[in-house]
Amino acid sequence: MADLLIVDGIHTYIGQSHILEGVSLSVPRGSITALLGRNGAGKTTTLRSIIGVLQPRSGTITFDGKAVQGKRAYNIAAMGIGYVPEHRAIFRDLTVEENLRIAERKRGDLARRSDLIFELFPDLKTFLGRGGGNLSGGQQQMLAIARALVAENRLLLIDEPSEGLAPIIVENIARALKRLAGETTILLVEQNFRMASQVADRYVLIDDGRTQQSGAMADLVADDAAVRRYLGVS
Amino acid sequence: MRFLKSNAGGLALVAALIAFPFVLSLLTGEALNTGTPKFWQGMLAQVFILGVYALSYDLLMGVTGVLSFGHAMFFGAGAYTAGILLKYAHWGLLPVIAAVIVVTLVQSLLVGALSLRVKGVYYAMVTLAFAQMFFILAEASDFREYTGAEDGLQGIPVPAWLSPTHERLTFYFVSLAFCVCVYLIVRRIVSSPTGRVLVAIRDNEQRAQTVGFNTFAFKLIAMALSGVLAGLAGMMSALWNLSANAGMLSTGTTINALLMVIIGGAGTLSGSLLGAGFLQLVGYWLNDAFGPRWPLLFGLVYIVIVLFLPYGIIGTWRARRRQG
Repeated sequence: MADLLIVDGIHTYIGQSHILEGVSLSVPRGSITALLGRNGAGKTTTLRSIIGVLQPRSGTITFDGKAVQGKRAYNIAAMGIGYVPEHRAIFRDLTVEENLRIAERKRGDLARRSDLIFELFPDLKTFLGRGGGNLSGGQQQMLAIARALVAENRLLLIDEPSEGLAPIIVENIARALKRLAGETTILLVEQNFRMASQVADRYVLIDDGRTQQSGAMADLVADDAAVRRYLGVS
Repeated sequence: MRFLKSNAGGLALVAALIAFPFVLSLLTGEALNTGTPKFWQGMLAQVFILGVYALSYDLLMGVTGVLSFGHAMFFGAGAYTAGILLKYAHWGLLPVIAAVIVVTLVQSLLVGALSLRVKGVYYAMVTLAFAQMFFILAEASDFREYTGAEDGLQGIPVPAWLSPTHERLTFYFVSLAFCVCVYLIVRRIVSSPTGRVLVAIRDNEQRAQTVGFNTFAFKLIAMALSGVLAGLAGMMSALWNLSANAGMLSTGTTINALLMVIIGGAGTLSGSLLGAGFLQLVGYWLNDAFGPRWPLLFGLVYIVIVLFLPYGIIGTWRARRRQG
């Protein structure tokens, strides 16, 4: 399986703080790779560096063989990378339909992808005219993921989709992500190890801004010591 | 048919405004072009012009979320461009309109290209500096021959058919048509795909970038549209006053735009028109009743509105209606 995304030794700063101190990872085409680590390990910063919201000072990021670092966020998104930020990042002042339509890169994208989107998130179909800000937390998260699916992105960067949601909603989202496995490649940041282990087939563990280990998710699930040490989960 | 149904309120208001001079003439028994009917035609014509100016600011501040402290530079540029070309170049009205559009388009693109590189309060300060630059230019005695310096550009010749003095009713209808057309254009822009991106930028600019939008380019488009509309409003104001003065480029003129938009409801469009009416008419009544102390009282009214109607009159009404 060739790698769709390769991050090689990136160093990213926020202000004067050195957050990423050489993160490296690769995401095989068609896989769901979970980026795991404790709070403050640098997971979100890694995603923000890949999408171009933060610019790494050194290291390289390659997407489908093309260099990404140094490009602006909108150029990186146009290369085929969809980003679902944390905290249910929708446009609250737009309706559900407008939130989806705004993500079209080509005319008719939404019509072409609506079967998949409404199969994954049937609730959204009934709320098309409702303001994004009036949706529940779970619905907003579904909308945020759905928005990234409108354009045919080859890679989705999804940040903490289960954060603050009821278990039943988390299950729905996990099911949707698993269903996407055949459709696209996903790099998933997730604090909820149980969910991540159900959804992802690969993992990358980072701690203190450095990559610690990576491999098949099944191996990590079996490695109690690593899970306890890096994730604090027993 | 659907347009008529969904715009019944607006159409009724326009119909009422068309009938207004005739009804007032009937009620007062005075001729259309004299006394009370003539006075109120003038008062409302100013509301329509201010309404367009407020709409232009709402597009930038309310819809796109870009807070400018220099919007008056476009209003004043429109007024001075029209005045100078009418008075010294003796151009006709249509070429003058075209010139105002070109001048304010170039001006807004240049100012936008330089100032939109920074955000928030820094952007507000840069636009304030640009506006001050134009204000100083308008007052500079070096250009007195054309601008009238601190005396302003007086005696702008307006085509006879549009004279606000002798053809007040025509001026009233032209300014009403101008306001309605601009409102429909701005509403169309806001509901277009471009408008949705502008709203998304107001909501969260970084998020809009990660969806794939060059937000700088979209903000520049908003600034250009907004600048041209403010310029056209400035031109109409010069035609109404038969003059242009440096005050049109002052911070106070920008603050007026901000007040109108906040009073009506930022991002609501129709609220800007209401805010213009409020500023003009309440300002007039307060001035009539209390004389020079009226700005103090208007300030109190403004504070009451902000406290009790935090999203402006239309904005709060819509929010409460949504909550059922």
